[in-house]
Amino acid sequence: MTRVAVIVNGQSREADAEPRLLLADFLRHELGLTGTHVGCEHGVCGACTVLVDGEPVRSCLMFAVQADGKTIETVEGLADGDKLNHLQRQMREQHGVQCGYCTAGVLMSMTALLRETPSPSEPQVREALSAHLCRCTGYQNIVNAVLAASS
Amino acid sequence: MKPAPFTYLVAHSLDAALALKAEHGDEARFLAGGQSLVPAMNFRLAQPAALIDLNPLDELDYIQSNGTLRIGALTRHRALEKANAHPLLHEIMPHVAHWPIRTRGTIAGNLAHADPASELPAAMVALGARLKAQCNSGERWIEATDFFTGPLTTALGDDEMLTEVEVPTLPERTGTCFMELARRQGDYAMMGVAAVVTVDEMATCTAARLAYLSAGPTPMLVSDAGLVGTTLDDDAIAAAAETAKAAIDPAGTVHASAAYQRHIAGVLTRRALVKARDRIA
Repeated sequence: MTRVAVIVNGQSREADAEPRLLLADFLRHELGLTGTHVGCEHGVCGACTVLVDGEPVRSCLMFAVQADGKTIETVEGLADGDKLNHLQRQMREQHGVQCGYCTAGVLMSMTALLRETPSPSEPQVREALSAHLCRCTGYQNIVNAVLAASS
Repeated sequence: MKPAPFTYLVAHSLDAALALKAEHGDEARFLAGGQSLVPAMNFRLAQPAALIDLNPLDELDYIQSNGTLRIGALTRHRALEKANAHPLLHEIMPHVAHWPIRTRGTIAGNLAHADPASELPAAMVALGARLKAQCNSGERWIEATDFFTGPLTTALGDDEMLTEVEVPTLPERTGTCFMELARRQGDYAMMGVAAVVTVDEMATCTAARLAYLSAGPTPMLVSDAGLVGTTLDDDAIAAAAETAKAAIDPAGTVHASAAYQRHIAGVLTRRALVKARDRIA
């Protein structure tokens, strides 16, 4: 067991991890942050995407021990209490959410996109969204939500 | 937990990493970006006894582009994508998986994984790159054309690490182009080609290299293709496309039969050569 200390959504958190514990499972089971979803567990679906030091990564393809000392952002960090942020509100208003399984990962990738490119073109949104599988929405409403949330 | 248990070793210097590899041999795998190794471990297709984590090795994270382009092993795809250090590599990077994968995945990890469907191995073969392999007792350079020996198989020894990629400067009057066909950008491509053509002052072609991905057990290089000596006119390009179609050896994928892959290769070759020709300054 290794002690892993991270800053998650602005808070210092630490817990023990076996080397083989994936970051996704560390967040969910050790830190209780179950907003990050686990889908395919081989990097394809994008549901587990979180931001590590500001960059989107698949938390199912990184070991928790590798995150020691890093700054992590998960979907739990987006809203201010019960108040959804602008992107989250647009996802609701544009019907970008149906079952919600992919949503946490989508929100984190789109957060990274909008930070780097505050006014993305539709192709840029689609390219960033190509890192995610959504089996409900057909993607169109997610694209609309991200474009509506852009400045 | 998905992966089987392993001993986690962290290398804080290149020397330490090579010493650990010499000690553990093929029982240990280097962990760079982990974007191919960790999925294999999650499926338990790979069950290494030990991982040697290279991520603290900032000394291997660099792109030096004064003259010859040198790319350190731990350079992330995302860094190369943003660097615009080479026209062909810059064109390729957005096709290498998706952003969250490119954040972590490394250049040497990609090359050492030697997936014949991967873009960068084909690019390195087309560009005549060479790769530096280091071990405890020294180093050697391996030509990209000799590095890829089979699917997921390279010329690296059990005690060696791929530490640097050296891409020669493009000759004057050279044009490059990369094209691939995938169901979505970033997914594994059904076929792809990297084209590099050079002409002399009279606009006569003096060198042509075409390297294909998803076209055989390794990146498939087609040199010349009948283009040398021509003016890269449309007829010569059409003939080169036919030559290349016959030279590659696609095996068929879930999404494309071998015959369809060959057909795509012909179409992409024509289009890529026209574009590479028109890009010659």
